[in-house]
Amino acid sequence: MHSINFEPFILSFQLASLTALILFCIALPLAWYLSQTESRSKPFIEAITALPIVLPPSVLGFYILWALSYNSPIGAFFEDKLGIKLVFSFTGLVIASCFYSLPFMVQPLQNGFESLNKSMLEASYIAGKSKLTTLFRVALPNMKSSLLTAIIITFAHTVGEFGVVLMVGGSIPGETKVASVAIYEMVDIMDYHTAHIYSAIMLGISFIVLLSLYIFNAKQTKRLTL
Amino acid sequence: MIDLNITKELHGAQGTMQLNCKTTIQEGEFVALSGKSGSGKTTLLRILAGLENAKGTITVHQQKWLDTSFALVPQKRKIGFVFQDYALFENMTVEQNLLYVAKDPQLAEKLLALTELTQLKKRYPNSLSGGQKQRVSICRALMKKPKILLLDEPLSALDLTMRNKLQEELLLLHKEFHTTTIMVTHNPAEIYRLASRVIILENGTIIQDTKTEDILYDLAPTEGSITLRGEVLHTTKNTALVAVGKKRIEITLTTQQAQQLSLGEKIKFRATHFQLC
Repeated sequence: MHSINFEPFILSFQLASLTALILFCIALPLAWYLSQTESRSKPFIEAITALPIVLPPSVLGFYILWALSYNSPIGAFFEDKLGIKLVFSFTGLVIASCFYSLPFMVQPLQNGFESLNKSMLEASYIAGKSKLTTLFRVALPNMKSSLLTAIIITFAHTVGEFGVVLMVGGSIPGETKVASVAIYEMVDIMDYHTAHIYSAIMLGISFIVLLSLYIFNAKQTKRLTL
Repeated sequence: MIDLNITKELHGAQGTMQLNCKTTIQEGEFVALSGKSGSGKTTLLRILAGLENAKGTITVHQQKWLDTSFALVPQKRKIGFVFQDYALFENMTVEQNLLYVAKDPQLAEKLLALTELTQLKKRYPNSLSGGQKQRVSICRALMKKPKILLLDEPLSALDLTMRNKLQEELLLLHKEFHTTTIMVTHNPAEIYRLASRVIILENGTIIQDTKTEDILYDLAPTEGSITLRGEVLHTTKNTALVAVGKKRIEITLTTQQAQQLSLGEKIKFRATHFQLC
């Protein structure tokens, strides 16, 4: 009987959860700023944020690998001053995933903020509430579907990433060997049986996650149009 | 007292235009702000609320709200603003919408009772009608006990019955709180019923600033209304019998209006209410 090693899946979900959490904290103020600003720098920031969507993962992986390696000032600083080796480590994978999945968190949040009724936010300011209070008490509760979309898509996208992960993390069992890399290795060594099982698990989980998201969004739309 | 002297360059459908307004509004006044679309009415209201920048000065009760080097943020201007699209917080119930502005449950109860919304206080905005939403919006604006209440065409999206009802409620609230009120409206009947003074803007400039009764017949008539001219035949405390051509028409007046009329006087009047029969 073939025993299945679930470690790559656990690692994938740990990576995706941590990435989604960190990106949420980074992307929330960024998306709020982009939705509110009329600055000329807005298109530049938007273009930089969206780059990971169009760049080949190998290009993004290469730059991140270089930036995190000891050859760059960033990698050298982390290794010399903090004793943290970023390449081929879980920490490096988290940083790489944050870059790779950034647009998937920023864009739904920005769309959510931009689709809010502007006068609703103004009504909150006139009521004497600060921008921070308005953000948490008025803006975020009125864009639940955008919030959930941003978190779920970022999570799912990180679980599914392959190119960047392979370049930055390699395939160290228990450290950087996530599910997508494990499937690639199984195919490489022609263990199709395990590859089938791993792929079917990934397919099932991805489908269930997306289905839950669409069901929630449909319910939200129905509630708002009632 | 509000002292206003502001300028702002506006970019509208008809090109660039200079908003240039200088006026003084007394405490407790109910002012109607009228004029064609794109004349700068809403912008003026938004500048007063601090939602848009402008050059010039705004002083409210000796406090500087706008100066050459300073603009008080909207949060610190004691203003109530009623938006044309209600702008209610969809995630909060009617009661929560009011309490978000000020944690004063007694005032919230009082306002909800005045506007007959007490039964709906646990409902969410998406389950309310347009008229109910606008009443909540007016109540919410008054929760802060504002120095100035700004209303941006608050009744324009409502049907005639609801508009009349809300006009009555606005009058009631104005009588109760004596808040200085500035309301953008195109509707002459609404202006006549609610406001004591009318400011008319055209291309960003005040072209008329006068008492309501002085201007009533110069205003564009409400859709479907007609102005009649006739001779006063008889008056009572609240009515006048007027000869219009070969017909005689009885009109309802306030006591003060009735006292000002004398027999044989030529008047012009307009129907503001009707009932289907």
